[in-house]
Amino acid sequence: MSDYLVQFNNISKFFGKVIALKDVTMRLKKGEIMCLLGDNGAGKSTLIKTLAGVHKPDEGEIIFEDNNIVFDSPKDALDIGIGTVYQDLALVPLMSVTRNFFMGREPQKGIPFLKTFDVEKANKIAADRMGQIGIDVRDPSQAVGTMSGGERQCLAISRAIYFGAKVLVLDEPTSALGVHQASMVLKYIVKAASEGLAVILITHNVHHAYPVGNSFTVLNRGKSMGTFQKKDISREKLLSMMAGGEELDKLEVELQEMDRIHNKN
Amino acid sequence: MSLKSKSISSKSSLNEDERLKKISPLRVLLNRPELGALGGSILVFIFFGIVAGDTGMFSAYGMLNFLDVSANLGIIAIAAAMLMIGGEFDLSIGSMIGFAGICIAIPAIYWGWPLWMSIVFAFAMAVLVGYFNGIMVVKTGLPSFIVTLAMLFILRGLTLAITRLITGRTQVPGLRVLIEDDPLAWLFATDTFKWLFTWLGSLKLIELRTDGTPLATGIPPSVIWFIALTLFATWILMKTRYGNWIFASGGDKVGATNVGVPVGRVKISLFIGTAVASTIFACIQVLDAGSADTMRGTLKELEAIAAAVVGGCLLTGGYGSAIGAAFGAIIFGTVSMGIFYTDVDTDWFKVFLGAMMLIAVVFNNYIRKKVTESK
Repeated sequence: MSDYLVQFNNISKFFGKVIALKDVTMRLKKGEIMCLLGDNGAGKSTLIKTLAGVHKPDEGEIIFEDNNIVFDSPKDALDIGIGTVYQDLALVPLMSVTRNFFMGREPQKGIPFLKTFDVEKANKIAADRMGQIGIDVRDPSQAVGTMSGGERQCLAISRAIYFGAKVLVLDEPTSALGVHQASMVLKYIVKAASEGLAVILITHNVHHAYPVGNSFTVLNRGKSMGTFQKKDISREKLLSMMAGGEELDKLEVELQEMDRIHNKN
Repeated sequence: MSLKSKSISSKSSLNEDERLKKISPLRVLLNRPELGALGGSILVFIFFGIVAGDTGMFSAYGMLNFLDVSANLGIIAIAAAMLMIGGEFDLSIGSMIGFAGICIAIPAIYWGWPLWMSIVFAFAMAVLVGYFNGIMVVKTGLPSFIVTLAMLFILRGLTLAITRLITGRTQVPGLRVLIEDDPLAWLFATDTFKWLFTWLGSLKLIELRTDGTPLATGIPPSVIWFIALTLFATWILMKTRYGNWIFASGGDKVGATNVGVPVGRVKISLFIGTAVASTIFACIQVLDAGSADTMRGTLKELEAIAAAVVGGCLLTGGYGSAIGAAFGAIIFGTVSMGIFYTDVDTDWFKVFLGAMMLIAVVFNNYIRKKVTESK
């Protein structure tokens, strides 16, 4: 029995001649938040889709709770407990909180062939779950469109957890959010991890990742630049690694300036 | 542990500023898609009550008259509304009505099939047409507007060509004699609650003919179908898993697919729904008239869509209601018949229909903005 809940060992993915991912290794314990950092084009999307079972890795192995796993479809990944929340959240603004929460997995009651969607039960669960995050859904039949961006993100994460996710894969959960909304989402992510979930937080925003992450994996041009524990690496170091070695010196100055402004805020 | 206590202590402040604004009951009502059509119906009744209250429009006979027209339109409008909520259009409804009509009439009259078998045949053809529409839209990703526009021409052309080929004319009469004792036709051809009307007639509460029988003999089958379909569609949309899938498929195809909704299957089934509703419409009309006409149902698809839109369905999908579409149909049916009881030239009906639809679309757009508006 290893310490790790899930291990992605030496994952590689090729599209024809293009090497999208090469030898990426990530290992997560329960309750750990690993931040996957990388600039645009670093291979983040490909890695997410590989974790979610959309792509099959060409090399490497996925070990979940000490079992070697091969995903044939996104459903396989969901079934063993890897819940992925994509950037578009898969929420329909015109539909109610409840109807979104249970979309595709509605609880039913009644006799066969005349089964009905158990709206009361669904309303109760949805309101409960949102309440646990501190979002007071006065009326679970209100449209998701009336919620703020942060609340929507929390709804999508909460849904993934409710439907049995043990490993949460979050794709840029804070990228479209303001400071206040982002902190609300990050707080929820920390809470989820403290309850025993392993979280892979994919982002290009070091300032959001650094406060919540336990470890950091930096992806550059399809390759992992290594995984670092928080105590071993500074925010500045992470930033410069994301940018890549060659332009490092030139960027260093700029980044420090940005950091200074950020800290002032 | 410190994390947990932190999240709890911050909860109250979170509640304070993340809390939703208090929603007034009026806003809640405004958020219902059928509100506009319900209000419109009431206005229409008030209008004709004032203008034509003493003309017999609101006698039992007059009311059944406009209810019959409303109900016929309603049957197809409800199916069109469900398809629109699912994010697609069907422009082949009208042509399907004509096609279903001759699918009943030609086998029954020219091939000697029993009437029930022709009716079953017509429904089988409807399922086929709906399935074809659906699979084309789902598999090619083409807009349903184009696919069903093609089907509009194909079906109407087929209807004309086949009828002229087999019968040499464009009408097939002679069905009325076949209705009696048929095990299936009564479903589409029987007036119900006759006893009620006879009783009311005997009390002289409703108008009588000179021979003493009531002028209005019973509730026409269209009205029963209309009510049953409205209830059935509402039950599906509000109370079943499949209903949630319809909203999801129309609201966000990609998102729905990502969480496991079988979007393709949902859409195909909805296309089958509109074709089957057209066939119910055709059965009622053909058996009532005793003949099939190749031009029957022309432009009905647009009236059905107009009723659905007035009923609160968004053209972009994901929002609407069957009850709304039913009220939309009642508005159009009432005005189209009511206009005969006023001094207004009936030519004005189309003007009204267009204006009504325009107002409804503007209103619906406003509602959608309100519904999806972030705080």
